[in-house]
Amino acid sequence: MKLDSKIPSGPIQDKWSNHKFSSKLVNPANKRKYNVIVVGSGLAGGAAAATLGELGYNVRCFCYQDSPRRAHSIAAQGGINAAKNYQNDGDSVYRLFYDTVKGGDFRAREANVHRLAEVSNSIIDQCVAQGVPFAREYGGTLDNRSFGGAQVSRTFYARGQTGQQLLLGAYSALSRQIATGQVKMYNRHEMLDVVVEDGRAVGITTRNMVTGDVESWAADAVLLATGGYSNVYFLSTNAAGCNVTAAYRAYKKGAGFANPCYTQIHPTCIPVHGDQQSKLTLMSESLRNDGRVWVPKKAEDVGKDPNSIPEEDRDYYLERKYPSFGNLAPRDISSRSAKEACDDGRGVGPKVGDQRNGVYLDFRDSINRLGKDKIAERYGNLFDMYERITAENAYERPMRIFPALHYTMGGLWVDYNLQTTIPGLFALGECNFSDHGGNRLGASALMQGLADGYFVIPYTLGNYLGNIPVGEAGKHNPDSPAFRASKEMVKAHNDRLLHIKGKRTARSFHKELGHIMWEYAGMARNAAGLQKAIGMISQLRAEFWSDVFVPGSEAELNNELERAARVADFLEFGELLCRDALDRDESCGGHFREEHQTADGEAVRDDENFCNVSVWEHKGDKEAPVKHIEPLEFDNVKLTVRSYK
Amino acid sequence: MNLKLKVWRQPSQEAAGKFEIYDIESVSEDSSFLEMLDILNERLLEKGEGPVHFDHDCREGICGMCSLTIDGIPHGPERATTACQLHMRHFKDGDTITIEPWRAKPFPVVKDLVVDRTAFERIIQSGGYVSVNTGAAPDGNAIPIPKKDADFAMDAAACIGCGACVAACPNASAMLFTSAKASQLNTLPQGRPEKDRRTLAMVSTMDAEGFGNCTNYGECEAVCPKEIKLDMIAKLNRDFAVASVKNLFGKAG
Amino acid sequence: MQVTTILFSSLVKKYLMAVTGLIGVGFVAGHLLGNLQVYSLLGGADAFNAYAYKLHHLPYGLLWIVRIVLLATVAVHVWMAVLLTIENKRARPEGYADNSTVQATYASKTMRWSGVILLAFIIFHIAHYTTRSVPGMKYNETIEKVPLMKEGKPVMQSGEVVMTFDAYTMVVQGFSNLPVSIFYIVAMGLLCLHLTHGVSSMFQSVGLRNHSWQKRLDKIALVYGWGIFLGFISIPISILTGVVS
Repeated sequence: MKLDSKIPSGPIQDKWSNHKFSSKLVNPANKRKYNVIVVGSGLAGGAAAATLGELGYNVRCFCYQDSPRRAHSIAAQGGINAAKNYQNDGDSVYRLFYDTVKGGDFRAREANVHRLAEVSNSIIDQCVAQGVPFAREYGGTLDNRSFGGAQVSRTFYARGQTGQQLLLGAYSALSRQIATGQVKMYNRHEMLDVVVEDGRAVGITTRNMVTGDVESWAADAVLLATGGYSNVYFLSTNAAGCNVTAAYRAYKKGAGFANPCYTQIHPTCIPVHGDQQSKLTLMSESLRNDGRVWVPKKAEDVGKDPNSIPEEDRDYYLERKYPSFGNLAPRDISSRSAKEACDDGRGVGPKVGDQRNGVYLDFRDSINRLGKDKIAERYGNLFDMYERITAENAYERPMRIFPALHYTMGGLWVDYNLQTTIPGLFALGECNFSDHGGNRLGASALMQGLADGYFVIPYTLGNYLGNIPVGEAGKHNPDSPAFRASKEMVKAHNDRLLHIKGKRTARSFHKELGHIMWEYAGMARNAAGLQKAIGMISQLRAEFWSDVFVPGSEAELNNELERAARVADFLEFGELLCRDALDRDESCGGHFREEHQTADGEAVRDDENFCNVSVWEHKGDKEAPVKHIEPLEFDNVKLTVRSYK
Repeated sequence: MNLKLKVWRQPSQEAAGKFEIYDIESVSEDSSFLEMLDILNERLLEKGEGPVHFDHDCREGICGMCSLTIDGIPHGPERATTACQLHMRHFKDGDTITIEPWRAKPFPVVKDLVVDRTAFERIIQSGGYVSVNTGAAPDGNAIPIPKKDADFAMDAAACIGCGACVAACPNASAMLFTSAKASQLNTLPQGRPEKDRRTLAMVSTMDAEGFGNCTNYGECEAVCPKEIKLDMIAKLNRDFAVASVKNLFGKAG
Repeated sequence: MQVTTILFSSLVKKYLMAVTGLIGVGFVAGHLLGNLQVYSLLGGADAFNAYAYKLHHLPYGLLWIVRIVLLATVAVHVWMAVLLTIENKRARPEGYADNSTVQATYASKTMRWSGVILLAFIIFHIAHYTTRSVPGMKYNETIEKVPLMKEGKPVMQSGEVVMTFDAYTMVVQGFSNLPVSIFYIVAMGLLCLHLTHGVSSMFQSVGLRNHSWQKRLDKIALVYGWGIFLGFISIPISILTGVVS
């Protein structure tokens, strides 16, 4: 595997402009001769499919939901960043670039991040033109807020439903293209393989989830926009259907997988209530602006009514450990501190397993200072949501929160053109690894998904297709041996799952895998634990393949077959994640290795050995994957130590 | 808690369906309704039986995928709540709960409680967009939008397209969905140039899909998890009347 | 877009329902005001008969124009109701086992039945008092003509007393029949129900209602419906109890 990042030369400000100019173009009259497949219809996929359709390419778009507008981008609450500087508070493209590189703990590629910051402004313009109802001032101009500890107000938002509104915008553009026939939409289709012919991606194999038909689709290029892999932890804030299958099967076909160990934990989720729980719900981080985080000082107090615990018996641990940032300490730091407190036996809330996993987020002091009305005005909808789920009134009793898996920075390795190591196979949005490094800043996920879909891929894909002679465009045969082999492989895989006829459900395996991942590859990791996890996962995988029960047949809507196939991939991918976490012998961003911390528990990076991207190459089911390295160079932002003391 | 579930089972679109009764024990009150169905399915699987199929995805009330009629009410008894956000503490130990799919001709049952809602897709495709290509947009602040209009558009845009309005309407009308989608764009200056065209097209597609007619029961508003108001329907009624007259004189935009 | 597509759209049916409903709402109000003249306080027998005479002698055949418009209104209203019912049934071929509703009013859910019974009533009512052709109640044959009175004196034309049909006596005789009065009162009850949904609903249908006006219009509809109900039923009750004779 050869990693060529294809970063254009020149000063960082000019790289993207130069690259666009030097990229090949496809003649407008010829575009319709090229077929493009887009897998996934969230912000990245939906935006890409719509835009490529507008340009005149023949696009086929696939999603597993019953409508492209249901992709999980819809659940993002907070907002989307852009360097508009409408607030005149000193923002600029360079500052957004700088903040993102630094926030990513110096593990992202500078050139990609700068491009992201450059196109951020066009995204806002585009979305406004589509009719996205962003919040506005009385004067009619766009409103901004500060988000995730940023020093400037650069976040655009639509109530608490920004992701939904941006997705509906992209979906409306996509729908317009579907109506013209330029994009053909395939709902309830799951991609199960990438077809590679002569070293190029030439199509995919899908399963129609309603009829069970396994079908081949040929194209000149394949775009994956299939999201992240948080669900390898079973419990996460991702949708129930989110999975790693598309990305993982691309990896098995030769695409390098970069930095799988970079996972982001969100500190303010509603804690697990019991073993029947299927997902975790996130609450906006803004709650930490007015809430104080604490646990009892004494372990014997954890079961008591929190209001009865006197001030001197409370441990406001974030304020104690990080006096200057206090309750606003960054996501990874505040998440880890919560886990430490719970591991110390001082967690609160119901016991799940043998531990109470929750800490208090207390609004008592803010209510006393500002009044209940003010708090209700700021967080009323969140308090309602909390009450709906927990049946507790957070005005009268402190909220319970706990960190949860939320976003994954790792993904398929891509070069500057968003092309994976397989020519013709591109990865967009959360599915790729490129822009967030070791840690993603708040309100940047939406920005990246739309940047990739609206403003990056239309140029870089054109460059790729422009190199395919017009005479060869659209000529791939979906009946060729490569397609037939892929189809047979997919059918055989499903067949195998259906014929094990074991005793355990796919969900029970998924749950067990989730426990292992959370325990050993969650917020804090160490070598011994990761090694143990690798062993446990491989054992669990063996058990899965001998004892899973999948009812029904291939030729029908069969949720259990879908689930089993996804869990099978998670069972392999989880191991890859642990391997990467074990290999990355440093702490950085969302990856915290207990061996690498300061005396106060701060992450310690190892720039000497790990200022790079780890890219894993699949070597077959029986062999260990091989690591390749893309070195990272920081010419513009100086490597510094993150400190929140 | 222990419950009796009366669940609609239908193997496929063509096959006939019927209710099956299941007893389910020791469900946590803190479980969501869908988690309760997960438990049911795990127990069915342990017995070697096929699970009950139902649509779901985000499980936090925003994707609009879940679609259960619970005791005759789409998304169940709680106001402004999707089935995935409905918790079992709102039921009593020993309750019998009837679970049915959305029922409407344009939403055929695919399997058990799963229905096909692609009719909604075609309504959007007929006009639920602003015709602007990527890259053709002016600056975001070039056209000021009164806060009142932006807020109204957001009220409309909150629709998650779940189809509960159709399921609840005694006539299986899709007016609340269609009107919310049209009103969002018809209100904003960006959507005004093609307002008439959009309005006429979306209504005629809605009719052609076989939805019923709105007769102002207001059930859609009552079950809408995002509390979309009948105001949206009134606005579409008005916009359509204006567009029809303009169309008659060849002046529709 | 094709004009026919628009013409057959669901919303045009709704508009027609609303517009014909509005005409009906206006008509029942006017009808009630005319009827209330049976009370001596508001006129009594002579005034009532004079009112009837005047209606029958409107210039330019206005009476027939009004009658045709009203008949057409009823016909369109009924026709749309039939179309809506058929289409709405078709939109849900398989119903729910549990038919619960949340906020739909009783009136809205019974529009179809109140409408059908009202239609039957309207037919009977026309046969009863307009064409006077109900067997056993052929008032043209049984009630003698009376002089047309104005300010207590008979109206003279070409030296002769103008005679007119004694509509007042017809009403008294008509409502002295208990089953007829009961049917009338029940029908007026249904009309009241029909109006409490219809009056507010027609504003919604033509897009002239929003959330705050909905509450006001619902109240107006309620008051109007009850006003119409009480006004109309007071007459048979007064006749049956002997207040009017």
